[in-house]
Amino acid sequence: MPLAMTKSGDNVVLKDISWGHRLKKRLQDMGLTPGVEIKVVSGNNRGAVIVSLRGSKLVLGRGMAQKILVESIG
Amino acid sequence: MKKQLTVALAGNPNSGKTTLFNSLTGSKQYVGNWAGVTVEKKEGILNYKDFNINVIDLPGTYSLSPYSMEEIIARNFLIDEKPDVVINIVDASNIERNLYLSMQLLELDIPVVIALNMMDVAEKRGYLIDVFELSKKLGTEVVPIVASKNKGIDKLLDAVVNTKKSKSNNFIKYNNKIEKKIKEIENIIECNDSKYDLRWLAIKILEQDDIIIKEFKDIFKEEAAATISSYLDDESQTSIADGRYNYISNVLDDTIEKTKEQEKTLTDRIDDILTHRWLGLPIFALIMFSVFYFTFDLVGNKLLNIIDSFINNTLATSVNDMLITMGVSEWLNSLIVDGIIGGVGGILVFLPNIACLFLAISILEDSGYMARVAFIMDRSMRRIGLSGKAFIPMILGFGCNVPAVMGTRALDDENDRLVTILINPFMSCSARLTVYTLFAGIFFPNNEKFIVFSLYILGILIAVIAALIFKKTIFKGESSPFIIELPPYKVPSLKGIIIHVWDRLKGFLINAGTLIFGASIILWFVLGFNLNGPAPIYNSLGAQVGKVIAPIFKPLGFGDWRSALSLLSGIVAKEVVISNMAIIYGLEDASKALSVSLLENFSQISAYAFMVFVLLYTPCIATVGVIKKETNSWKWTIFSLVYQFVVAWIVAMIVYQIGKIIL
Repeated sequence: MPLAMTKSGDNVVLKDISWGHRLKKRLQDMGLTPGVEIKVVSGNNRGAVIVSLRGSKLVLGRGMAQKILVESIG
Repeated sequence: MKKQLTVALAGNPNSGKTTLFNSLTGSKQYVGNWAGVTVEKKEGILNYKDFNINVIDLPGTYSLSPYSMEEIIARNFLIDEKPDVVINIVDASNIERNLYLSMQLLELDIPVVIALNMMDVAEKRGYLIDVFELSKKLGTEVVPIVASKNKGIDKLLDAVVNTKKSKSNNFIKYNNKIEKKIKEIENIIECNDSKYDLRWLAIKILEQDDIIIKEFKDIFKEEAAATISSYLDDESQTSIADGRYNYISNVLDDTIEKTKEQEKTLTDRIDDILTHRWLGLPIFALIMFSVFYFTFDLVGNKLLNIIDSFINNTLATSVNDMLITMGVSEWLNSLIVDGIIGGVGGILVFLPNIACLFLAISILEDSGYMARVAFIMDRSMRRIGLSGKAFIPMILGFGCNVPAVMGTRALDDENDRLVTILINPFMSCSARLTVYTLFAGIFFPNNEKFIVFSLYILGILIAVIAALIFKKTIFKGESSPFIIELPPYKVPSLKGIIIHVWDRLKGFLINAGTLIFGASIILWFVLGFNLNGPAPIYNSLGAQVGKVIAPIFKPLGFGDWRSALSLLSGIVAKEVVISNMAIIYGLEDASKALSVSLLENFSQISAYAFMVFVLLYTPCIATVGVIKKETNSWKWTIFSLVYQFVVAWIVAMIVYQIGKIIL
């Protein structure tokens, strides 16, 4: 499912980013590589999403969160 | 003779880089621009033992991919200028992400010293870092420091001056598939002399680095270029980022011990409230209102009155008396007292308000709140087709539109950037504050802050409408993707804030001393002379020019030549509107206070319409210049001049005409 559909408090792992190589690279540089564990700090609000990964917090714009595919790990 | 050393400071945004730079170089800094772009370049000199060290502060970046202008600048500097040493500042409390940049720096052919900053914060979080082991694993010197408390700086400098001029051999090994491809590409490009290290170059090609690939396609024969193209795929790109992060995880597993269970940090708890689904936006509005309350009522206006009475009573009177005793001719006396003290002094009185505003903005920026604003505003901004990140330059615009327009660089999408640039001047800058403060104080006593606040809101409203129209017509498309890191909250350092505020105030003072000083003298002349020689003010050149353009402003309620001339000259800098009025009314009747003259010439409604016009009309030349530089297009620059004038005219006209009917 897309990251945009997750709820606050969800724990997910990153599966894929469906975007061109430039933006993909940007996200990978920020630590969003396949298999990384992501904790959703604030989601489900029709706006941007706050996530916590690799020890720091990131805000991902709504548009971006829709193209990041994740899988729930409970 | 001291030995010369060039040291570059590299690190992530929010890693404490600026703090370290300030504590290394103190006041011996100079700020310029990187060649060809408007990104700020800071350099500083430092003497340590036998060394004369030139420190260059590179822009804060997460990576050395050519994704943003900052990253390209940092990378080009490292490759082209080859500094003797790179100090890589790493935030120990956010070490995993920070080391990603370190990995790329270690791949370059330059000695690196890692300054492990915020050790105190890391310890509080229960991170036990084995610095010696970390240094061994990374194959480079690691020095723990606390930049904000000046701890460990001497040890860091010792490590810098003792660094041997050799590259770390401890580079990352990627997976076998990637290593094989690296070897193959190295073989293809080997024959070419270039400034780049071969392995580095091969890795960059596999990372699909647009700039490197383009550079190489120009050099290589078609055949080789085609071969290289066959190596470009998303899988290799992913494997490399993955490889770096895996390597970091492995290093950290052996060198960090987490003694505490991950619990909610203070930042998390503050974020629960400040970025709350429903509370976030009202709290943000409240914070912005407090900023204005602080800028006007609480501090600004009290100081303003003190400076005002000093300049206009004490200083002007005593200079006048002194000039009379010295027997200076009457015209020179008038030039100095009415022209220079009246004009420049008319602006200097607003120094406290402007200082307060910049102080508040720096606190919002340095505390880490500004990054949250992008999140809070994303939902609303998406409605007008922009991302939450585009809101940050808008807030910076309240300080000054010049850095705000430069700040739009952070936006990734070209269309979004153009829209954000075009609407930015509607964000009321601190220079325009001088006009509101004066007019609101005279025409709306005791209600100044509401009047001023309403103008700021109107500016935002007009910006929103303009953005909507732009996104629906010229720049169609969805809002661009954005990603920002939320740094932990911190109490801003006094030193950092002072440097920040002083930087901006310096700009304001230089403006007052040059542009406004010059404009004041020119204005004094055009008001005292016409083409036939000395003339009474109502017949002067200035009055003649004013009278020609004044009819344009008649439907707006201020079709008098004095306002028209002031607005025209206000394009030099918005403060000039006020300094000009002070000069004009001062020359007409020196015995009357400016406020009395204004009350005779404006009604409440026309005063408000005047403020609305000043808020919205054509920006100052400095802003126009930066718009030209950032859009790199005369078309957009001229467009922004014209459409803003039209918008200002229409809105002020509506305000005046409707106001006249209601009141």
